[in-house]
Order: sequence, then structure tokens, then C-alpha cells
Amino acid sequence: MAESRGATVEFRSVTKRYGDTIAVDRLSFTVPAGRICVLVGPSGCGKTTSLRMVNRLIEPTSGEILIDGQNVLAEDPTQLRRRIGYVIQQTGLFPHQTVADNIATVPRLLGWPKERIQLRVDELMKLIGLDPGRMRRRYPAQLSGGERQRVGVARAMAAEPPLMLMDEPFAAVDPIVRERLQNEFLRLQRAQGITVIFVTHDIDEAIKLGDRVAVMRLGHLVQYAPPGELLARPADDFVAKFVGSDRGLKRLSLLTVGGVELAPLDRAKLDGAPVLSPSMSLRDALAVMLSSEAQEATVMEGDRYLGALTLQQIGRMLRVDEPA
Amino acid sequence: MTPGEPLIRWDWIASHAGEISLRIGEHLELTVIAVVVGLVIAFGLAFVALRLPALSAPITGTAGILYTIPSLALFAFLVPHTGLSVLTAEIGLVSYTLLILIRNIISGIRGVPSDVRDAALGMGYTPQQILWRIELPLALAVIFAGIRVATITTIGLVTVTALIGQGGLGYFILLGIQLFFSTPLLVGALGSITFAVVADGALVLVQRALTPWTRLR
Repeated sequence: MAESRGATVEFRSVTKRYGDTIAVDRLSFTVPAGRICVLVGPSGCGKTTSLRMVNRLIEPTSGEILIDGQNVLAEDPTQLRRRIGYVIQQTGLFPHQTVADNIATVPRLLGWPKERIQLRVDELMKLIGLDPGRMRRRYPAQLSGGERQRVGVARAMAAEPPLMLMDEPFAAVDPIVRERLQNEFLRLQRAQGITVIFVTHDIDEAIKLGDRVAVMRLGHLVQYAPPGELLARPADDFVAKFVGSDRGLKRLSLLTVGGVELAPLDRAKLDGAPVLSPSMSLRDALAVMLSSEAQEATVMEGDRYLGALTLQQIGRMLRVDEPA
Repeated sequence: MTPGEPLIRWDWIASHAGEISLRIGEHLELTVIAVVVGLVIAFGLAFVALRLPALSAPITGTAGILYTIPSLALFAFLVPHTGLSVLTAEIGLVSYTLLILIRNIISGIRGVPSDVRDAALGMGYTPQQILWRIELPLALAVIFAGIRVATITTIGLVTVTALIGQGGLGYFILLGIQLFFSTPLLVGALGSITFAVVADGALVLVQRALTPWTRLR
């Protein structure tokens, strides 16, 4: 269960100017505690600049960023950063330090006692699926790309920050590893209840990970909504294009078979029909049904029949003007 | 050398063993002082150059000019001011270490990957902590490459200081030239070479011990 120790983050009319160029223009939105907010948009849209203003790696020209009501500009930047997890694409792992020392970075800066640091390092290594006994003394150069990213995430979580900033953390690994890292990360984030601000240029990643998605363009916030709503009701043509013409299909991946009002069972008709579980996404269900050329599928939970799912029903869910 | 004379007269070496070991100690001392003092000065100047990039070119430029001065001329110029002293020898020896040391310290620290620096800053390292805990350790391999070259150069150059009454093993080289006698000349030259090879090997071992992460993959 979430310990609900995540922080609330509020952007209040935040602007960043470089000379005459406006990188971020009056950005205002609130990230609820314990949720993942994904900033997404084409390169140069201001998403990374916005992220880096939260831990003051970049100072805003005007506006305020509040973490649990406290203006970040009022705090010492070094102290502020030690309370905020930070993960970047190239990992930024320290090549001259072992996995354990890398993870222990912020707890050491905060002066935790040795025993507590070691317990926390072991706990985190188990959480990210690295055997502490075997991997603790390895150096980053001895890890695979996926392992390095995991260590990067563990290092950011080490001092139990209420907020994590992640800048394209999974962009440098191959698609299979990326998907596994995303799933692991979601599980970790849900378990720890950390608030996350996550930057990506990949709309599929934004939809998969985001509780809220902020679509940015040329320094502006174009739309800020839960992913289902973004897909169902894009604010304008830019968002519609950005989420893609397959947004109906994408939306199916957010919905589960169990969420559909199933048709009553007609056993005679369903003989030999594919079997689906209620936790399956509608997108996967559609793939199963299309590949077995079935009009209908049986939905079963364990050995209990729940009902039937028809292609027609999925088609109805595809109509994106309906609320998610 | 005198015809009929053997290249090495072992009896001469045996009867001069005490003096040889004395000169080896002197050679070691002159070298260590030069490299250590050179390192201290080079670190100071390199940090200035890194903090104020406008001074980077003048600093390396000056060290470059020092490096081009012929050592004989430099010692000749210094003797009227500082005499036939260890100080005179060290001023010259230290000057010749600066260019390679400053350049390697600067490029070693500049070569630290920017994502590593960004992550360190983003996690709450102070700029001082980044320098001492991140940049210097990661620059160590490149800095050590500079120390090795500076050390070998200095060991060779120490022999020249025999001309101003110092010189370590260079004393025997000078003696051999003056007496037209090959044994001391070879003792001085081979001794200096052996010293350089041993010192270089020792530095490699020290570097390996200090930077275990560079030998992985």
C-alpha cells in the first residue's frame, strides 16, 4: 500500500527566458501527491527546462514552484536537491564508485549512520532485482544498460525522497528492456507512493506511465489531463496529431476486459472461442481475437465464467469521443 | 676512451659503492622534490585555469615557454642569482614538469562526463564536493599519465644539474666525461635509466591501486 508520503508540486506561472527566447511560458499546473506527471512534447518544447527548474538546476525567470506549499526558490539549492530524487537518461552513475556506493550517495550526503545506509542499499538492490551479495561491489562499467538504469532509479530513491524528477530515464535502452523497466518502475512508485515528474518525448511511454500527462509545445502547456482523457478528447489538432491517429487503439491499452459490461454467455456459440482474463487490456484482447478470427471471446477468472466479449463491444470502446 | 681499457671496470664500482648509493639517494631526492612541488604548483594553476577559462591559455602558454628553454641556458641564467644550489636545480626541474602536469590535470577534469557532473549536482553535491569526490578521482588516470611523463623527464634532467654541482647519478656522467673514463659514465647513464624504468613501474602500480575501476569491462 502507498505510504502516501509523496509531495504535491505546483507550478505557478513559471517562465524561463534566455535573452529573447522564451523556453517556458507561464507554465501552471499541479501534480497531486503520490502521482506520476509526465511532461511530453517534441524536442525544444521546454519539458526538460521545466523539470530542471524544480530542483533549481535552472532558475526560473519568473513565477513560483511550490513543493508542499514551500517555494523552492526560498530554500538552499543543495539542501533542496538532497530531498528530491534525480534520474537522467545517461544515468550519471559515478564510474569510480561501486553499485553500493552509488546508491548510498544521498544518504551519505545527509549523514545517515553506516548501518542504516547499508540496510537501505541492500533493501533497494533487492527491490530493483539485483542480488546485493553478488552485485554490491560491481562498478557501473560491469553492468548491462538495463542494470545501470535500475541502479540510477535506486540511487534516486535511496533517501526516501517525497519527489522524484526523471529525465527520459528509459530512452537509452532497447524496447524490451524499456518495457520491463517501466513495469518495475510503476510497481516501485505505487509501493512507495512517491510523486514523480517524468520527462519523455515518447507519447506511448507518457500514456503508459502517467497519471497525468502534460503536453507541451514551444514552451506552452497545451493540455494537462489523465491519459484516457488526452486520447479521448485532445485539446487541439497539435495534441491529436501528437498522440497519433491510432489514439483509439492506444486508449484500448488503458482499458481492461474486466471494465467492459460483458455480454451474457451463449455456451453453444463460444465453443472453441479464445479465453480472456479480466485483467487483460482491451488492446491485447483485440489482438487475441483478431489472430484467432473470433467474433467473440470467453472471459474467465480462474475457472469461473464471467461473460463474453465481442468485437462489437471493443469497437464501441474505440469511439474516442466517449469518456474513458 | 682509452684504447685497451675495458668498458666497465668492476673494481672501480666496488671501491665506489658508498658514493654510488649516496648519489642514488641524491637523485631520488631531487626527483621527488621536483615532481611533488611541480604537482602542487600545477594543481593550483590548473584550478585557476578551470575556474577562469580566460586564464587557461596564458597559464598553459607560459608553462609551454618554460618548457622550451634549454636547460643549460636556464641553469646558467639562475646561478648568479641562486648559486650552485639545490634551489637552482629545483627551479629548473620544477619548471619542466609544469606543462605536462597542468595540461593533464585540466584535460582530466574537463574529460569527466557531463552526465556524471549533472547527476552529482542534481543530487545535492556542492561544487567543492564535486571537485574532490567526483572530478579529481575520475581525472586520476589522466593525471597519473602526466605524473609518469614528468617523473621520467625529471630523472633524465637531474643528470644535467651535475653541471651546477648537484646531479645525483649525473655526477658520474660528468666525471666520466672529464676523466675520459667509461666506467663512471656508464654507471651514471645506466643507473639513471634503471631508476626511470623502476619509477615508472612503481607509478603504474600506484595508479592501478588508486583507480581499480579503470581496469574493468
